[in-house]
Amino acid sequence: MSSAANNSADDIIEIRNLNTRFGSAVVHRNVDLSVHRGEIFALVGGSGCGKSTMLREIIMLQQPVSGSIRVFGQEVIGLTDEQALPLRRHWGMMFERGALFSSLTVTENVAMVIREHTDLGEALANEIAALKIALTGLPPDAGSKYPSELSGGMRKRAALARALALDPELLFLDEPTAGLDPLSACGIDELVRQLRDALGLTIMMVTHDLDLLWRAADRVAVLGEARILGSGTMQELAQSEHPLIREYFYGPRGRGAREQAWNRK
Amino acid sequence: MNASSTPSPAVDLRPGATPRELRCEGAWLLRSAAQTERRIEACLKKLPQPLETEMLIDAHEVSALDTSGAWLLHRLRRTLESGNRTVTFVGLRPEFEALLNMVAARTVGAVSEPTAMPGLLARLGCQAWNALQGMFGLLSFLGVSALALARSVLQPRRVRWRSIFYNLQTAGVQALPITGLLTFLLGIVIAYQGAEQLRRVGANIYIADLVGISMLRELAPLITAIIVAGRSGSAYAAQIGTMKVTEEVDALRTIGIAPLDLLVLPKVLALVIALPLLTVYADIMGVLGGMVMARTQLDVGYITFVDRLEEAVSLTTFMIGIGKAPVFAVIIALVGCYQGFQVDGSAESVGRRTTTSVVQSIFLVILVDALFSIAFSWLKL
Repeated sequence: MSSAANNSADDIIEIRNLNTRFGSAVVHRNVDLSVHRGEIFALVGGSGCGKSTMLREIIMLQQPVSGSIRVFGQEVIGLTDEQALPLRRHWGMMFERGALFSSLTVTENVAMVIREHTDLGEALANEIAALKIALTGLPPDAGSKYPSELSGGMRKRAALARALALDPELLFLDEPTAGLDPLSACGIDELVRQLRDALGLTIMMVTHDLDLLWRAADRVAVLGEARILGSGTMQELAQSEHPLIREYFYGPRGRGAREQAWNRK
Repeated sequence: MNASSTPSPAVDLRPGATPRELRCEGAWLLRSAAQTERRIEACLKKLPQPLETEMLIDAHEVSALDTSGAWLLHRLRRTLESGNRTVTFVGLRPEFEALLNMVAARTVGAVSEPTAMPGLLARLGCQAWNALQGMFGLLSFLGVSALALARSVLQPRRVRWRSIFYNLQTAGVQALPITGLLTFLLGIVIAYQGAEQLRRVGANIYIADLVGISMLRELAPLITAIIVAGRSGSAYAAQIGTMKVTEEVDALRTIGIAPLDLLVLPKVLALVIALPLLTVYADIMGVLGGMVMARTQLDVGYITFVDRLEEAVSLTTFMIGIGKAPVFAVIIALVGCYQGFQVDGSAESVGRRTTTSVVQSIFLVILVDALFSIAFSWLKL
């Protein structure tokens, strides 16, 4: 895993010439993208522009047509499940709709991941699971509940707890705040920053939430027309002349979020 | 990949130079947490008793720390602090300190114990109560469905013909091959078993009575019902169950469509039409199987067999067999749909309810068949 690490030591994810097609529809055309160690990177873009597809390609749930995706310096395209296992232990994924196992309680959902990959006893695994659940801001009694008994926001936090189960170095978040009330969403931004600062995580997220972008993201890339339209900090993107980016950031909601971010400063 | 490529130094925790000191070192990570936990226990045993009131934990040598390691450190501190002792960490790197503080701030109370397994008697009582509730639930579902049916009869525009035809296709037409094959084989088996006995007394021609009456009156309706329960009853439970998990049932209600009207009535009506027709088909195939066997085993020709069949099997026998089919159809469709509605949001419960629907509907079909037999013998039919 360290063979290619020297040329781009600080790039946790490195995507080169990525091409994806569904039938005749081109989703990505020669996309290049890199995510540096320790940053909170956000991928944004309109609905159906291929953000989630790219995320799924990085975590090997989907295969692109051609190109190269390196994670921790290792090429992930074409890996077998067995070869992918060590990589998969080093990242956590939070799915948009949680994807919690519905027949297990929240604690069991988290503890299952820990026990699958370590030799911890049940008691300690449950304690660590309870800690992860607490870290995501869920009340202690949430652990014994089943996913169907939780509200949408709580389910999201539980999903985050499961993604953090193995103390990953890299965390993928698919729409972390979608479907949350503003207060919970605000809690999630803080949580994301706190986790990054305390655990040294690298976070890659796909989101529509402009507030989250202004508050949490270090670097943002805008995906559109099957390519990266622009990338940089939010301030840099806000200066961009590209019409689609301008529309995205200066639409009525974008302006509100930006003003809020300014007022805070 | 900093944590995995460099071999992390082994975790260690041991009593320090003075009795009030503990030294911890190494990588406190999830991977080695089990080992770390054992170390902590061993070290706590080695400490001179009674413990000093002010303890120091020297953490200069801690090389890596993740949340699991921080949890173990925090737990160690809590254990030492019991009994009004103070514990101070010395030399912990600032980022580790922050992590430890974060873990401490989000500290978790005692992990709730899993509830103890109830005793045998309690479980027996629980199961009996659940069975009773299930029966009551099924009966009230029957009642609600009957009311919905009555409403549909009064307002025929509410009947969903498209859905009925679709269900006729899937539960009826598509079940033809398997039903035909199985009843044909059943006819062969019965004729073959009967042939042995009849040949002994030279009553070869009565093979037509044997096959005709047993197939038409009992076996064809029963086997058809069992096949349909396995094919369609389970599908109903799984479909409605999944729709419940994905909140589609709630969506229907919100749009103003009664789930009963759209999901249950068409299935019941379609099956009430399809099952008797399937039974007639099963009758024919079963008798055909018997005829083939009668000719090869007993030298009873097709013409002779059919002539005898006309005398042996009355219209009543045929009608009794067909008459049971709609009752079975109602049982199968209602049990399937009822179990589907009982799904409670987990994928596992979809599976459990589907199984229950098949077991329960086959059980009820056979039970009702037995009741029919008793009733008919009273009526001398």
